[in-house]
Amino acid sequence: MYSKKVMDHFENPRNVGVIENPDGIGKQGNPVCGDVMELSIKVNEDIIEDVKFRTFGCCAAIATSSMVTELVKGKSIDEAERISKQTVAEALDGLPPVKMHCSNLAADALQDAIRDYRERKKAKESVG
Amino acid sequence: MMDKRYYFDHNATTPVRPEVVEAMLPYLTERFGNASSIHSFGREAREALEESRRKIAGFLNARPGEFYFTGCGTESDNIALAGVLQSAREGKNALVTTAIEHSAIINTGKVLEERGFKVTFVGVDHRGVVDLDALRKAVGPETALVSVMQANNETGVLQPIHEAARIAHERGALFHTDAVQSAGKVPIDVVETGIDLLTMSAHKLNALKGVGGIYIRKEIPITPLMYGGHHEHGIRPGTENVPGAVGFARAVELAVAHMKDEARKLSALRDRLEKSILDRIPDVVVNGFGASRLANTTNISFPGVDGEALLMSLDLAGVALSTGSACTIGEVEPSHVLLAMGVNPRTATSSLRFSMGWGTTGEGIDHIIEALPPIVERLRRVSGGIAGGCSGNCSCH
Repeated sequence: MYSKKVMDHFENPRNVGVIENPDGIGKQGNPVCGDVMELSIKVNEDIIEDVKFRTFGCCAAIATSSMVTELVKGKSIDEAERISKQTVAEALDGLPPVKMHCSNLAADALQDAIRDYRERKKAKESVG
Repeated sequence: MMDKRYYFDHNATTPVRPEVVEAMLPYLTERFGNASSIHSFGREAREALEESRRKIAGFLNARPGEFYFTGCGTESDNIALAGVLQSAREGKNALVTTAIEHSAIINTGKVLEERGFKVTFVGVDHRGVVDLDALRKAVGPETALVSVMQANNETGVLQPIHEAARIAHERGALFHTDAVQSAGKVPIDVVETGIDLLTMSAHKLNALKGVGGIYIRKEIPITPLMYGGHHEHGIRPGTENVPGAVGFARAVELAVAHMKDEARKLSALRDRLEKSILDRIPDVVVNGFGASRLANTTNISFPGVDGEALLMSLDLAGVALSTGSACTIGEVEPSHVLLAMGVNPRTATSSLRFSMGWGTTGEGIDHIIEALPPIVERLRRVSGGIAGGCSGNCSCH
């Protein structure tokens, strides 16, 4: 059912945890039941210096979260914004159709984190 | 790395025992006749079929003529519910069953409801035992049939079917029990317990898949699901699966012969597994704890971890079992059984069912005890508490 890459990211997820004093946090999912994903990012001069994730969910959910962190680390905010659910799924050598919604979740959590970062940045600039 | 595999999913299906294979073989190769044929090939097939029927009926304390072979447990459940309701007399158009039944009962009930019958699904308490007061209130003069499973497939919880049958009969209704999980594990006496219809499935007790059975007390009118020849007195037409029936009977024989010993052995293994898991892994909940259960089953929730993730991790560690939920397009559906027990949806999707049977040894238990705690720890670290911790349904700490 799952590719080798998915199983690798599932068994050995990269960047698990929470960023201390994050510059952006994104959270997606159904809190009642179903997968939940949280992504926190540390940004320096619009480059994503560090990123961590926490995920409650199935293999695909954990693998896609882990892959997303790998894809964005070291990239600029603009580059990261272009990462779609297809990008994530392709990076994992594909997902079973019934699990594609997990890559949606990962991509959405990333966009949520980026949106949060931009909003915080705007707030800081308007105060200063 | 993964050489040895440990099978802990006996409630899903079981291996066919060697004795059962041996009993079936001649009916595949030499005595392959159609049991309805008049010649010697037919006669010997017919003899084997009727001998098998006698054996299984005997186990139930039913008359041979009251036991019919079907294609599977689901088919038998359909025959029981739709068969009785559609043949019930004027004014008897209601079915009362429970919220924790197998989908073969639940979905047949829903379809009957769409067709104009009145269907009630009675709830259970937090231990997963049917609410007898609610059952009493739900059954009335318009009830044709009450159906309560003998043992639940997800939790192993045994239901008070003797009392449920009494409630049904007091109000002029028939009583059916889905004994798919319980047959072969606990003794059954349809006369003593007051059972009018009963469902069995061969592949749950170390016989072939595609073979089921239904007991129907004499003189109960049944509308069949299918039409055709006169096989099984029209209850289930179609050329009989003689090898399947022979294997079914042999498996029932073996189950009866070893019932007490198996129950004792599996109980000890199950209890050791449960205790070890409770000791080594914090914040776990045994669903159905405190209720009378089948000896071979335990259903455990691991809040903070997704059931499928647990399943896959255990599979990688060589352990096969199942969860109480189904992942259909996009949404993870929590088990309707656990939800009916009051388990919250998130915790329900964090559950695993361990079910043992013929061939389970202490080695398998030891392996799980070693493998599971680090898996749960790792996955809880990955989720980091973002999906809630202990469910609060703490009846077993």
